Parts: sequence; C-alpha cells; structure tokens
Amino acid sequence: MLDPELLELAPAAPRRSGVRRLVRQWTFMVPAAVIAVLLVVSLFPSVFAGIFGNGDPRVCDLYRSAGNPTAGHPFGFDTQGCDVYANVVYGARSSIVVGLTATAISVSIALILGVIAGFFGGGFDQVVSRLTDIFLGFPFILGAVVVLNSVGSRNALSVSVVLGIFGWPTMARLVRGSVRSVAGLDYVLAATTMGLSRLRIITRYVLPNAISPVLIFATISIGVVIVAESTLTYLGVGLAPPAISWGLQIAAGSRHFQTSPHMLLYPSIFLAITVLCVIVFGEGLRAAFDPRRHQ
Amino acid sequence: MTDTGSLLQIRDLGVEFDVDGARHVGVKSVSLDIARGEVVAIVGESGSGKTVTAMSILGLLPKNATVSGSVRFDGRELCGLSERELRGVRGRAVGMVFQDPVAALDPVFTIGFQIGEVVRLAEPRLSGREVRRRSAELLSLVGIEEPAERLGDYPHQFSGGQCQRIAIAMVLAESPALIVADEPTTALDVTVQAEVLDVLRQVKARLDSAIMLITHNMGVVADLADRVVVMRSGEVVEINDCIKLFESPSAPYTADLLAAVPRITAAPREVGESGETQAAASDAAVLDVRGLAVEYRRRPGGRVRAVDGVDLKVERGQIVGLVGESGSGKTTIGRAIIGLAPIAEGQVNVAGRDVAALRRAERQAMRRTVGVVFQNPATSLNPRYSVAETITEPLRRLGGMSRADAAERADDLLASVGLDARWRDRYPHELSGGQRQRVAIARAVALDPALLIADEPTSALDVSVQARVLDVLRDLQERLGFACLFISHDLAVVDSVADYVAVMHHGRIVEQGDRATVLGSPRQDYTRRLVASAPIPDPVAQRARRETWLSLT
Repeated sequence: MLDPELLELAPAAPRRSGVRRLVRQWTFMVPAAVIAVLLVVSLFPSVFAGIFGNGDPRVCDLYRSAGNPTAGHPFGFDTQGCDVYANVVYGARSSIVVGLTATAISVSIALILGVIAGFFGGGFDQVVSRLTDIFLGFPFILGAVVVLNSVGSRNALSVSVVLGIFGWPTMARLVRGSVRSVAGLDYVLAATTMGLSRLRIITRYVLPNAISPVLIFATISIGVVIVAESTLTYLGVGLAPPAISWGLQIAAGSRHFQTSPHMLLYPSIFLAITVLCVIVFGEGLRAAFDPRRHQ
Repeated sequence: MTDTGSLLQIRDLGVEFDVDGARHVGVKSVSLDIARGEVVAIVGESGSGKTVTAMSILGLLPKNATVSGSVRFDGRELCGLSERELRGVRGRAVGMVFQDPVAALDPVFTIGFQIGEVVRLAEPRLSGREVRRRSAELLSLVGIEEPAERLGDYPHQFSGGQCQRIAIAMVLAESPALIVADEPTTALDVTVQAEVLDVLRQVKARLDSAIMLITHNMGVVADLADRVVVMRSGEVVEINDCIKLFESPSAPYTADLLAAVPRITAAPREVGESGETQAAASDAAVLDVRGLAVEYRRRPGGRVRAVDGVDLKVERGQIVGLVGESGSGKTTIGRAIIGLAPIAEGQVNVAGRDVAALRRAERQAMRRTVGVVFQNPATSLNPRYSVAETITEPLRRLGGMSRADAAERADDLLASVGLDARWRDRYPHELSGGQRQRVAIARAVALDPALLIADEPTSALDVSVQARVLDVLRDLQERLGFACLFISHDLAVVDSVADYVAVMHHGRIVEQGDRATVLGSPRQDYTRRLVASAPIPDPVAQRARRETWLSLT
C-alpha cells in the first residue's frame, strides 16, 4: 500500500496563529505602537523634548512660575518655572525604567520559586506556597511604603527593588501552576525516561512550555508597577527631586490644581495613557495565546 | 431505498468552516438515508467528516460553520431551523450518545435527578413517585442492577461502562425515533464495549429506534450495523449493506481500510519466527521481573497495590505483548521498569541490574539502555523542538556524539522509520499523528537500547496509520534486535506483533505463554472472555462470536 502520509509534505510552516490574530487587531496594534513610541522617547528624551525649542527640563525661570501654555511651551510652566512638556518627556524614562526593572526582579524571583514548587513538589511546594501566602498577606503598597520609609536613599533602583520584592507572589503562583501542568505531560516523562538531567529537563522541556502565561502576566504587571511608583512618589516615599518623574509632577501639580490645572493635567494624561496601553497590550497577548480560546 | 420509508434523509450536505479567514471544507455533498429501526454505521478515519455529518443533524456545529444542502427528519427540514425550534427536535426526535460517558454526566447531581429531569421533560404531568418509577425502569432497560436503589448514587460511583448505559437510558427517556451514537464505545474496555453494544442491540429491538452509529472500529460496525456509510476526507465513498461491504467492498478505499484492520488469527507466522529462535539461543533475559509488587500511597494512610506478584521475562530479540484492560496495571509495570513507580516487593532486572537498588545517578544511566514509546504522540514530543532536535538530543547529550555525527545519525534514524530528511526542520504540530509516532520511535531507538517499552503506541492512531507504524516497529526490531515489551489493550494488535503474550487482570498476570497458545486456545476464563469480547470485522463470524461471548458472561 502506498503511504500517502509520507508523500505529502505540508506547505511551509504556518506562523503561530496567535501572532497572526494579534496583528489583525487594532486593539493590540494601537497600544503596541504607543508603547514603541514611549520606549523610543525614554531612550532619547532630548530629541523629543526639543521639538518646541525648549528641551532642557532643568532650565527654569521663576518669573514664569505656574505660567500658562505659550508659544514654545505648549504645556506651560510649573511652580519653579520649568517647562512642563520637557519634564513630561523626561519623566517617561523613570516610569519605564522602574516598570521594567521591578517587573524583571519579580519575574526572576517568581520563576525560581515557582519552578522549585511546581517541579519538585512535596516539601518544597509546601515551603514556597506558605512563603507566597505570607507575602500576599501584606498589601503591596503598604509593604512598599513601610520599607521605603525606612530606606535611606530613594532612587529609581531602590524603588524598583522594593516594588519587585513585593510583586512576585501572584506571579510565583502562576508559574507554579503552569509548571505543574507541564511537568505532568508525556514529553517531560519521555525526557525523564531518556535519562536526561533535571536541569536540562527544566530548562529545555518545562520552562519554554510553561512560560508564556507568565510573560503575559508580567506585561500587565509593568503597568501596575508604573502606577505604584507614581502612587509612592505622590505619597512622598518614592522618587525624590532632583529626579524627574510623573509622580513628582503630579504631586507638585496637585497643590495648584485650582489655579493652574495644566501642571496636574499633562503628566496625569501621559501616565494614564501609558498604563492603559501596557495593560491592554498584555490583555491582548493573554487573549491571543490563551489555549482555551482555540477550542 | 424509497424516500417514503426513510426517517432521516440527508441530501447534498456541505459544511465549511471559517478558520481565521481561511475556508476549510468539513463535509462535501453527503447524501444518505436512514430508515425506521435501522442501524446505519458511518465509518471513516479521523478527519473524514463523520462526526461533522452527525452534528449537523442536530445543529450542534460550532459558530464558524456554514451548512448547505438539506437534512429532512420525518419529512421536516432541519437545516436552517432556529435554535428554539431545534430544541424541540433534540432529545425528543433525535437523541445523542457521546464518546466520553463520564464527561457527559454532571458530577454534582445524582443520576436519579439527571434521569428524572429528562423524564419530566418527556412527560411533564408525572408525579414525583411516577418519575422515580420510570427512571428505575429505564435503568433496568439498560441493564443496571438494583435500579431503584442506585438512583441516589452519583456518577463517580459507577464504572465507565455503567455511565455509558446511564447516558443511553437518558436518551431513551424521550424515546426518540433516531439515536445518534458518536463513538459510544471508544473510551471503554473491550469487555465493557461488548456489553454496551449488547445494550444498544436490545434497545433497538425493543423500541424500534433507528441508530446512527459513528465509529472508526470495523469490529463494532460488523457487530451492530445493518448498513454502512464509508467516509473519507468529507465525502461518502461507499454506501453498502453491512454483510456485502465486508464480503466484497466496492470502493478500493474500503478494501484498504478493511485490509489494515488487524485481526486475531493466533496462527503461526509463515515467515521466520525469528524472534523466538533468537530468544532460545540467548540465555540471559534483557528484562527479568520477579515477584514484582507496586504500591501507591493513598491519602489517609492506606496503600493500594496496583501490581502484585508479577513474573515476566523478555529476552533479546523478542517482543512480549502485555495485554489487559484499563486499570489492570500494565502501564504501572512499564513505569516500574524505568524506576518511576514505587516498587514494594520483588526484583526488576534490566540488562542484569536491579532497578530498585539503583541510586539516582545510576538510574539515569540505566534509563539510557531503555527506550520508551508513549501512547499519545501529540503529547510525547516537546512542542518546542524540531524533529532533528528531538532525535539529536539523546545522541548528543547522552551518547556524547559531535553535532555532525548526531545529525548524520538522526537522518539515518529518520530514514529507518520511513521519514526522509525533508522532515528534519518540522515541528510536532506540523506533523500528523502517525508521523509524530514515527519520530517518537526514532527517538526511542536512537541510543540503540537493549529494551524498548512501547506503551499502547498505536492506540491513538487511525487503523491504516496503525498498520504502518506497527510495520516500522517490527522492522526496526528485526534489524536492531532489541527486546521489546509491547503494552496494549488491543488483542489483535498484540497478536500481529508479539511472540509471547502475558495477560493481566487486577494487577496480576493471569496467563502467559506463546502467542498462538494464549490467544488461540486460552486456558483461563478471563482470557477467554477477553478474546471473545473483541469484535472482529466480519459480520457473519462476529454473530457466532457474540454467542460465545454471551455464553461466557
């Protein structure tokens, strides 16, 4: 009997359907574009800040304190007489740096603990799960406020570390569940029966197949961290001047909202749009790669 | 068949699916009729459109499907009916029995409640007591003992076969003129399958319902069907009377399909029983299991013996078939051999080393001498590895080969399982089930193992694919001469590959010996029942076997 199975060589590999689905959706493409622009802005703030001719956020003129928008200064001036537009552009960098660093820290902790709990199970699982519960018991913001209040130097790094340390528990649970389900699959059993080492099984068989829900959740958590940084800064325990951040600008602007609303409005709009885009982007990823949607 | 006599009339049925903007044809111009009280089997391999055809009768297709043509039931057009109108047809006129009986019942309600609900739907004016009486009546109709007492039980308190009977009882509550049974016995063991088929036969005789039986199993067709519709890639290739179809199929595809079905012949093979002669020559067995008992711990301090007192030997160049129904412990034995099951007693010697006594590092080394092929090729390959990576990994990591050597050897291995080098860079999701299983076999024999454990390697595959995969396995075994433990529930498959057969029941080996002896003239009652309950693809012979089976139960 001829073997039809071997004769037909399927046409070139179709791309992963999730990616194609994403590209066709504006709800994914628009936030992706905004995020791309923000990344470029935070890498080269001077180029964007200089568009209206007054690009240095530290050039201030007290005579123009809280001044309204004028030509060359589209967003107006803050209480110190600095250009609000230049400050907003430079502020993007600290938000993004804190968002990425803190998330990277919490993803790393979550991956290590989640894999230990999910793959080895038993006593390891008990210990890690209880540890997770303890950290989940602290409200995220309260924990950060308490720790940051007792930390001497407050800069982008220390704020990121604190937010990272309080951000991992939910993700660790996600990793644990995802690793557990993958570790029970036949191909992991097959790798075990081949006699491969545990490290190789974890890095080549378990993690690549378990990581996508974690990465998607991590994207959403970048947005959450950016909000948290602004909140902490507004409360006076986050970044402190001379750092430039949206949180600081919002804090300063809120005191003069009645007389000069532009000082609060512009950084707030940027913060809101950034967070919205990051979260919608993450949700889009989640929906597109959720296996349950394909059935 | 005249139009006036037919209960269901399908004309030019076409179903297309819209998948991300691309159109896929599910079914193309299918026409068929079912008369009152007739059993019509729709057979075909996976993807042939048999289930799509059945689902379109009840309007149960997913939202992305477009249906054309006509489906007339009892003179009424069903195509294009609204959801509300269809609800009146479902259950009352056409009942449905699904493949997985356990999933079809709701685990949080008693079966009495679930059957009662359907009974009330059929006859809304019955009192509570009458509903219970009618429910019990239905249960006894499908052969559940002590029906009145069992109404208060939950689905998990029944076995899979009993769940399927209960599902059938629920369908019968509304006494539909047509029962659509989608692979009703596929998830069940052979002995249970025989019982469920018997229930369907009695139901048909008593209620005069027509049955549309969707199956891939030619034995089931031969056992139950009056007429057969053979489908392939969405089209009907043959409609024939059941006996005629098996005697002289008119379509070449049907003939191929029938030829691919393995049968229990238990006859000695013509061409060299090479395995057995070789086995006689060597004295030390590759696998030597003595008095093996495996115990699993249950939550409240208890222990469960999954395997008890098992002695088994596999010699070099020999294929030993380990048969048994689900839960008999055959897979557990396979796991114990590679040190993945808790051995409570006894010895498992693989190539002269006792598995139970090995440390972790030694066990890892021992596993390199054992290759394993799993049942489901869809889940046993790492989805992130290409075909080449899958096969070169053991060669490079465990065999210590250089990149170039491993690549060359991988090509050889692929060729030896019938795949050429063009497949190297494909990923598992781009391969068919049979191709994936070939890759899994190539990976298992990559390190030239002394022992190959094949755990139901063809159960997830279509028959024609199964036949070819078995050929590949047999071929490799002859060439490489490894010892092979072939675990399967399918007696016909075991008969076609094994030299020696061991039959398991409730964790023990009840009978073992030469293949022809065990399957041809079994000594134990259980083996006899097992052999008799597997339906064979020959309606006339199957009738005789059914009698034998009935006399044994």
